[in-house]
Amino acid sequence: MSTTTSMRKGTTSNPFWPRQSSHEIRRQLSNGLVIGLSVLFVLFAVGVLVYLILYVTLQGIPNLNLNFFTKLPTANGEPGGGMGQSVQGTLIMVGVASIFGIVLGLFTAIYLSEFGRGPLANGIRFLVDLLNGVPTIIFGLFAWVLIVVPQQTFSGIAGAMALAIIMIPIVARTSEDVLRLVPNELREASLALGATEAHTILRVVVPAALRGIISGIVLSMARIAGETAPLLMTAFGTTFWNVDLTQPMDALTLRIFNFTLSPYQAQINLAYTGSFVLIAIILIASFAVRWATGGFKRKF
Amino acid sequence: MQQQVPVTRGNVIQRRLARVTERFGLRPTDLLFRGITMFFVLVVLAVVIGVAIVLVIYSWPTITTFGMSFLTNQAFDPVHNIFGVGPAIFGTLVTSAFAMLFAVPIGVGVSIFLVDFCPRALRIPLAFFVDLLAAVPSVIFGLFGFLVLAPWLQHTGEPWLQEYLGFLPFFQGQIQGVGLLAAGMILTIMVLPLIIAVSREVMLTVPASQREAMLALGATRWEVIRYAVLPFSRIGILGGCILALGRALGETMAVTLVIGNQATKPSASLFQTGYTLSSVIANQFGEATPGLFLSAVIEAGLIVFIITLITNFLARLLISSLELKSTKGVRV
Repeated sequence: MSTTTSMRKGTTSNPFWPRQSSHEIRRQLSNGLVIGLSVLFVLFAVGVLVYLILYVTLQGIPNLNLNFFTKLPTANGEPGGGMGQSVQGTLIMVGVASIFGIVLGLFTAIYLSEFGRGPLANGIRFLVDLLNGVPTIIFGLFAWVLIVVPQQTFSGIAGAMALAIIMIPIVARTSEDVLRLVPNELREASLALGATEAHTILRVVVPAALRGIISGIVLSMARIAGETAPLLMTAFGTTFWNVDLTQPMDALTLRIFNFTLSPYQAQINLAYTGSFVLIAIILIASFAVRWATGGFKRKF
Repeated sequence: MQQQVPVTRGNVIQRRLARVTERFGLRPTDLLFRGITMFFVLVVLAVVIGVAIVLVIYSWPTITTFGMSFLTNQAFDPVHNIFGVGPAIFGTLVTSAFAMLFAVPIGVGVSIFLVDFCPRALRIPLAFFVDLLAAVPSVIFGLFGFLVLAPWLQHTGEPWLQEYLGFLPFFQGQIQGVGLLAAGMILTIMVLPLIIAVSREVMLTVPASQREAMLALGATRWEVIRYAVLPFSRIGILGGCILALGRALGETMAVTLVIGNQATKPSASLFQTGYTLSSVIANQFGEATPGLFLSAVIEAGLIVFIITLITNFLARLLISSLELKSTKGVRV
């Protein structure tokens, strides 16, 4: 490769290319142009991300203290306060959503990798993939129509249900992928020892794939912790402590959204701090998963 | 598999169970486990289909009242009970087109770099970096767009564009910071990682022999990409782009924060504020009263749902057709 290019460069002393035709120069120029452009694009993409993360970090860190997690937001414009109820709400709703999302997602994965054959399984796989591509606000709309509108109140449970639906396809597809990686010999050995199919799957196959499955679950939890649109029309948000799932509940993302639009600098600062906390959670989750699956060394 | 339930006992339930298990060739615990699994799968299936059915049922009043004119009506007017998403469709199309116009070349360029030019040591960190870009929540892009990008556009970017490119219809009109341009720019950044991830994945499947053949013919690195890599992977890249388009069409929070949410008379200007279908939902659901208003909000959602179903369907079809092709062997 490198020899070819250096020969092609056709510097003065190269006997094979005594002088460069204009065609040759054009080829080299377009080659250089494309390399330059692609480097430029990479710098742009990396630059944007670095700038975004650094900016949010630098704006967010000054207000990051224990109060952020333990205090309610202050009345309009007064400094201090925190997003305690948002952290609480995010934890509760992600937790409740995870129970549903993990169970449904995991069983779907088990079906797709262990039992599913033929058109039904392919159809379900396809639908799950489609579910993954649907904008999340649609699920918010779904939970809004089915839970919020009839009950005439926004509620944490509606938010959790919307998040659960978002979680299902992510858990299902990542888990299916790792379940498929489990060697068939393990299944056969277990069945040959007289274990039942259920026993084989629950005690042999799933544990063998557990690391990958947990990674998928962690990533999907990080993902729904960052969702806003479906919560906006279901959990709605509040500035008070609330652990009652039938009442409006806050979330970090909702508070960030509301405070971004706030006219008060103190609230905007809190929005930055909230964003920093959210990015930190997601970065930590991503790094942990990469590390756990050995992703820094080889492609998973 | 042998069924082990004793059928000789006079227990009716047991005999019935035995008959069922015999029929499926399974032991009772397995049958139970399969049943539970199937139940959960059916729940998931019901949710997917349920979403579609619910959206159609609840938007039925506006579908029957306005028909196709819902797509072109300019007003979202609860007072006169006239609803339409004309401006929203315009805003959605403009911002998504803008995003694709910039994100596709940049994204394909980045993946070319990652696959072909990148020093080996940088490959995995860079790919991880791109994945991180995909993991940043959209509300944070929105916050960044609203608090950083929009003010910059208002004070620096848009005046500059107007001064030097003001002869183009895109850069005329009132400068406000928030608007279609800001939304398009944020969307560009947001769909970038998706395009990069898919094109990179596809380009990695190009057989080494194809590259080597081009190099052996004396091709430059760009010519290798132009004549070996891109033709081989163009279908997959197209699939990735359509996937990204679906994301751009449905993105809600970031766009809602920076697009201005004020319908203006549609013109060619990118400086004008507007709506997208998703931002209509995010803005209007709070006021929606049961009846036509509620139904109109849900029909906006139904349109987004249908559009993204189509784009996703196309994208998966393209990507899966490519995977099949590459396993069959080298395409010359």
